[in-house]
Amino acid sequence: MPQPLLVANGLVTGYTDPVIGPLSFSIGPGEVVGLWGANGCGKSTLLRAIANKARIFEGGIEQRPGLTLAWQIQQPVRLDEMPLSGHDYLRYAQADREAAPARMNPWLDRRIDTLSGGQYQLLAVWAILGGWADLVLLDEPTNNLDPQGQQILAEILKTEQGTRAVLLVSHEHSFLEQACDQVIDIAE
Amino acid sequence: MLTWDTLFAVPFLSGLLVVAALSAVGVLLRLRNEWLAALGFAHLAGASALIGLSIHVPAVLGATFGASIGAVFKAIGRFRGNSVYALMILAGWSTTLLVAANTTLGSVFGHAMVEGQLYFAGLSHLLAAAMLAVATVAGLHWLMPIVIRSRFFPGHDAANRLPAWRWQLAFDLLTALGMAVATATIGLMAAFALVFIPPWLAFRKARNWRQALVISIGFAMAGYIAAFLLALWLDQPFGPVLVAFLLVVASVTHIRPRPA
Repeated sequence: MPQPLLVANGLVTGYTDPVIGPLSFSIGPGEVVGLWGANGCGKSTLLRAIANKARIFEGGIEQRPGLTLAWQIQQPVRLDEMPLSGHDYLRYAQADREAAPARMNPWLDRRIDTLSGGQYQLLAVWAILGGWADLVLLDEPTNNLDPQGQQILAEILKTEQGTRAVLLVSHEHSFLEQACDQVIDIAE
Repeated sequence: MLTWDTLFAVPFLSGLLVVAALSAVGVLLRLRNEWLAALGFAHLAGASALIGLSIHVPAVLGATFGASIGAVFKAIGRFRGNSVYALMILAGWSTTLLVAANTTLGSVFGHAMVEGQLYFAGLSHLLAAAMLAVATVAGLHWLMPIVIRSRFFPGHDAANRLPAWRWQLAFDLLTALGMAVATATIGLMAAFALVFIPPWLAFRKARNWRQALVISIGFAMAGYIAAFLLALWLDQPFGPVLVAFLLVVASVTHIRPRPA
């Protein structure tokens, strides 16, 4: 069995006080793992702890030596004026992308500040999944997405299975069931 | 014709190199919403140039020293937001006026720095401008992808335990160097206008990042050449002519809708 990329053991994390935990789980190479929990239960805090942005109170996180991470925060950074095309955005995300899903093709020549919230969200997730990281952390990637956008995202995640590990948190259980190898229920 | 006299070749080339460098750095400053940093570094550069002159240190060296100290101070202090730049502006303004009020040399050079006495730029300015141009080309080649990625994917460095302070300090030092050389060469407000107005227009008009750089640098250089000739022809101080020209052209162009 290949060595896990990341193992959480009895992890309790938060900021000034604990927010979530104890949690134990592991992510192997190429696995797409979903974490489900209600809004406000601390799912984003868990991702922040993995990204070294939250305090660990108990337990710990073990990473495979040399593990590289990419972290997509809940709302992709959106400035008032962004003179970058979709192609620019992919290039600076270091995304190795050739053929975009058909629906996304027309967006790549446009300035990213002219995209809708859902279009921009999908582009951001597609860019970060095309990068070089061994493990991609996605925080509520279905935000702003209509049903068709969610379907595209689920298909993109399916194609990542076996090639790149993904840990994504969402409050939408049906989406996680559709897109992930395994779903961990934080509420349990 | 007086305009193309060799007397003006050194000032013209010095200014042209400074303009190209600043308008490129300004695009990244605007992306980081740190354009006020340029005004902070310019004020520190102006103050330290005057202090330097009082002990016979060339203005361009004194300016670079003061602005670089500001960049290091910002990096060490890990300040958030624009407060640190406001402090730099106030400290630089206060020091400049006090030095100018209490020394004859300071008074003369204080006015020169505010108005922008490009036509008195000498070989030391040209050398500094050439060094700035080389540092900008090399620095931006390394820094631009990092700065853009950090802006749109802000968790990247922390998640991978990468030392972000290195590139942040390098970018601040490049900005400080640019503002110092520019303040000593073309004047304080002209330097600030070059990092603010061309990128402001470029962010509105460009269809992609490359075009944003081309518009910013192209507009800045065209404005510089026009202001250089106008100031000579009308016998006006260079700095205010450049700022006025950039403002008028950018404002007229800015009101048109931006591209899709």
